[in-house]
Amino acid sequence: MTCDLCGKKKATVHLTEIVDDQLLEMHLCEECAREKSVQMEQQFGLSDLLAGLADFGKQVKDYEKVKSVCPSCQLTYEDFKKMGRLGCSECYTAFQDQLGGLLKRIHGSNRHHGKTPGIVSAQALPKTDSLVALKQQLQQAVEQEQFEQAAELRDRIRELENKKKEEKS
Amino acid sequence: MKLDDLIYHTGQWLKGTGPYSNIVMSSRIRLARNLFSVPFPNKASKKDLLHVLATVQEAKDKIDYFKDATLFQMSELDSIDRQFLIERHLMSHEHSSNPEGKALIVSQEEILSVMINEEDHLRIQVMHSGLNLHETWKIIDMIDDKLSGILQYAFLNTWGYLTACPTNTGTAMRGSVMLHLPALVMTKQINKVLTAIAKLSFASRGFYGEGTQARGNFYQISNQVSLGHSEEDIIQNINGLIRQVIEQEEQARQALILQNKPMLEDKIFRSLGVIKNAHIISSQETIELLSMVRLGMDLGLVKNIDRCTINELLILIQPAHLQKIEGKKLSATARDIRRASLMREKLGGV
Repeated sequence: MTCDLCGKKKATVHLTEIVDDQLLEMHLCEECAREKSVQMEQQFGLSDLLAGLADFGKQVKDYEKVKSVCPSCQLTYEDFKKMGRLGCSECYTAFQDQLGGLLKRIHGSNRHHGKTPGIVSAQALPKTDSLVALKQQLQQAVEQEQFEQAAELRDRIRELENKKKEEKS
Repeated sequence: MKLDDLIYHTGQWLKGTGPYSNIVMSSRIRLARNLFSVPFPNKASKKDLLHVLATVQEAKDKIDYFKDATLFQMSELDSIDRQFLIERHLMSHEHSSNPEGKALIVSQEEILSVMINEEDHLRIQVMHSGLNLHETWKIIDMIDDKLSGILQYAFLNTWGYLTACPTNTGTAMRGSVMLHLPALVMTKQINKVLTAIAKLSFASRGFYGEGTQARGNFYQISNQVSLGHSEEDIIQNINGLIRQVIEQEEQARQALILQNKPMLEDKIFRSLGVIKNAHIISSQETIELLSMVRLGMDLGLVKNIDRCTINELLILIQPAHLQKIEGKKLSATARDIRRASLMREKLGGV
């Protein structure tokens, strides 16, 4: 049997793949097979590595179990690691500590520098009780001169701080 | 517009015009967007999906640019129709499975398409022929602005647009360029180029995007990183990289002509001969042959065939297109026969 690709050398590698729901069998010589395997490696994208990266984050720091469930869609961080997909925008707040590291590993940065949508209000931000996250958002709102949003964030921070003081006393 | 009107329509991205169109087939930008406070499609209930669909449809009706665009409900299309839309690069394979609650908006010239409830609530895509990412960005940015004036997107100042998969978070933008690189393949330099592209955090894929192999020397190159850079910077980076690949391909084409022009001509004209005369032909073989004919045309060796015809044929010879042309389901063998007769009709064979 000769190679399906070059049609010259003897086919020694037999490959089966599914393209457009059709089973394709290919018989290739060693040289063509090597080329094809490089092409196939190229298709192995970042999303395939996601689960591995998410695992890596877990090893770096062990998080409290209570934090690893999204209160809005009930997705757990374990579910996310298995599927590679988050369940809703609030997952980003629920898993913000883990995701901060993960985003940095994927993109080399975890800070957005692109455009902002037309309707942005503090309501558009997932509800968070994290003072650190809120203060970070406030700082950015000021930097981007989105003062209305900054004022809303400032009020939420004050509210949370007062609540914490009350709890302590 | 009815779905069948698209059969003999040539999408703008197939026109074979625009900068570097001898090597660059098309430029595409897609943006992923989700609605605030609605679960992403993978966690959404049927009610949620229908709510997203109705909300987006309402927004569509308020925007002038969408005036001539048509919305197709996936659940109302059969599997051949859905495959037909995939073959036209208007939607993904993923959008075809579990059609309930999914829809696709397509503009008249097939420049714009919006997948509703794919992996994210909205996947907005704009395509142009040639290397034209800046123009493509201008259009998609304008459409996105209009939509975001009506819809409330899931967005964080810190992390940008929130998407189901964190690999898209940030700008949620993917810019990709479809290149025809036959000379780099023939001179066996392609793997070196693809490896370099991967090292620079760009992805290279086949003719039909994610998970597909390169066919007929067509490669799609796109950015992987979507967070930490502005959309303009990402586009500039892709453009810089693509220009280098174009230069490599041009050099390889010149080298082929200088080193062994008769062999190159033989390969090109044999391809033309087969394609104009075959009576049974697979899609894989057709694409390989069309690639050679396109190279011949781009080098000025093959006359009387224009780039647009070849680009169009790359789509028309696909399985669902042949079945739409014929108006019935065809077996694999019947498709190979119909494909060959289509090539003879279009290229004036015997």
